[in-house]
Amino acid sequence: MTGKRRLHQQISAHNPGKIAVSDSVLSIRGLSKAFGGLKVLTDISLEVSQGEFITLLGPSGCGKTTLLRLVAGFEKPDRGSVYLDGVDISSLPPEKRQVNTVFQSYALFPHMTVAANVAFGLELKGFRGRELNDRVNQALDQVRMRELADRYPGRLSGGQQQRVAIARAVVNTPRVLLLDEPLSALDARLRRDMQIELKRLQRELGIAFILVTHDQDEALSMSDRVVVMQDSRIAQIGTPREVYEDPANLYVARFIGDINLFPGTVIGRNGKNELQVQIFDRRVLARSDKALQPGQLVQLLLRPEDLRLTEDAAEKVPFFWGSIMERSYRGSTLDTTIHLDAGPVVRACEFFDEDDPDFDYRVGERVKVSWVQGWEVVLPDEDPTH
Amino acid sequence: MRKSLRLLFFCGIFLYLYVPIAILIINAFNLNRYGLRWDGFTLKWFTAMAANPGLMEATRHSLTIAICAASAATAIGCLAAIGFTRYRFVGRRILQGTLMTLMMAPDIILAISLLVLFVGIGIALGFWSLLLSHITFCLPFTVMTVTARLQGFDRFLLDAARDLGASEGQLLRRVVLPLLRPALLSSWLLSFTLSLDDVIVSSFVTGPSYDVLPLKIFSMVKVGVKPEVNALATLMVALSLVLVVISQLLVKERDKNGKNK
Repeated sequence: MTGKRRLHQQISAHNPGKIAVSDSVLSIRGLSKAFGGLKVLTDISLEVSQGEFITLLGPSGCGKTTLLRLVAGFEKPDRGSVYLDGVDISSLPPEKRQVNTVFQSYALFPHMTVAANVAFGLELKGFRGRELNDRVNQALDQVRMRELADRYPGRLSGGQQQRVAIARAVVNTPRVLLLDEPLSALDARLRRDMQIELKRLQRELGIAFILVTHDQDEALSMSDRVVVMQDSRIAQIGTPREVYEDPANLYVARFIGDINLFPGTVIGRNGKNELQVQIFDRRVLARSDKALQPGQLVQLLLRPEDLRLTEDAAEKVPFFWGSIMERSYRGSTLDTTIHLDAGPVVRACEFFDEDDPDFDYRVGERVKVSWVQGWEVVLPDEDPTH
Repeated sequence: MRKSLRLLFFCGIFLYLYVPIAILIINAFNLNRYGLRWDGFTLKWFTAMAANPGLMEATRHSLTIAICAASAATAIGCLAAIGFTRYRFVGRRILQGTLMTLMMAPDIILAISLLVLFVGIGIALGFWSLLLSHITFCLPFTVMTVTARLQGFDRFLLDAARDLGASEGQLLRRVVLPLLRPALLSSWLLSFTLSLDDVIVSSFVTGPSYDVLPLKIFSMVKVGVKPEVNALATLMVALSLVLVVISQLLVKERDKNGKNK
């Protein structure tokens, strides 16, 4: 079983997502941008500190790429400013910013060799001769592309082009490296390798990375902090554990990972950290320190791996009756879909263990669905039609 | 059966295309003045051609105009294409549309309007009127060629160059122009050819002081084809063959360098 422990009590103590301003490299303050009346970014503020790996996560059209382009200087903000090392760079053109971008399409110069592509930025800065050569070679070594230095980009695979694009950007020693969905064009296996590679590179270089992605796995596995974006705004900023285990709202909960929702009503509060919630025909205790009033509609959130299927739930443990609709064996885990008697369909995901009698359930069999108390999250219901 | 039919068709097309040119070339070396039958090999028409001062002068004029017009049209067309692709400005579509119209309009219409214009604003008919007219009718073709190439680029290439620190000038010199080189060359060659063999516009906008080759030939063949003309035409076919081979080699080189997918 998962050895995880719920974070949200610890988190609230140290104020999630706030970083002391002193070690901040990039500071985005109150940024807004609209294209032809359509709001793409609304009042975005974000502090990025030295050597931090930040992911901007959201569906397409949420404004994450525009935010990146504003930082790079390709777009001008309607309101708000961007500070790099405390200096306002909002009005500087891209070529004057100590920020480099890895483009989604890589955008390698097709008429130059790999080495010439990497040397491009340094040559413009006046590097010549040995020093230029050494730096280019060093950057190519970092992405393991030294042997292909004389090739033209048209002769490289997608993964190789990706590496060259990264080398071409990092060779300029930017203060912040921006990556616009850099892995989206790669196949799944290569993508996983590149994730590890990028992480290693970032650690070695100590440069702050801001990566845009719509892939939540990528965001969780690579980042120090994840910025979840929703319709031109920031929905939540937090570590991968914070956004996964203590989502700020239902949108974040649904966007990151699978989620089971149990609609309920607040009955009352037992002390500071515990709520009584009526869910279907049952009254359960849920941990929450949020300001929720009796009578308020809420959703109880449980991840598939938090649910337990059992026949003999202890008296104190909350459970719901249901019948098994589907079971699928996935090697390391066993996924189950259960139709609860009270209505909703929920998904459970358990580590496979052939000695556990719980794994012998058949489709149609009746089970009790329970969970470890304290692992649930209670959020106000944003959509009362649920 | 099917195979021989296909071969026949293939040969038919090639004969249709190249027999006239072949006859012209053969007659350039034919001792018989009227090309009615083969009387033996000679190079005397080439010497006669070189000795004809009017013909040689017209050739010089034509080449001068073609080179100047092709260069100017390519330069202007390149900048126009960059402007059309990169910027969104008021009147962009109208401007593009008028260029298309210019290409579609019958030459005779263009010729008359240019003549009226030159006479109206008092430009003497001669070198300058000819050059301006040739630039005008070459321009749509150069804009089209360069635009097509620009649209084939990854639009983030320009962003990438700026991101790496390139100013506007460096962007043009180090990224845009090298990438456009094949397109610029084909525009130039296309304009050169268009200018060299234009009859209609040239006949309207040039004066007696500046005779060009197609008009000279035209006036010479009014009283029967002179063998010097055959000799000159043979040289021009040879020249265009060289140009075609050069442009093909350039295209090949570009493919070797690997276009971005």
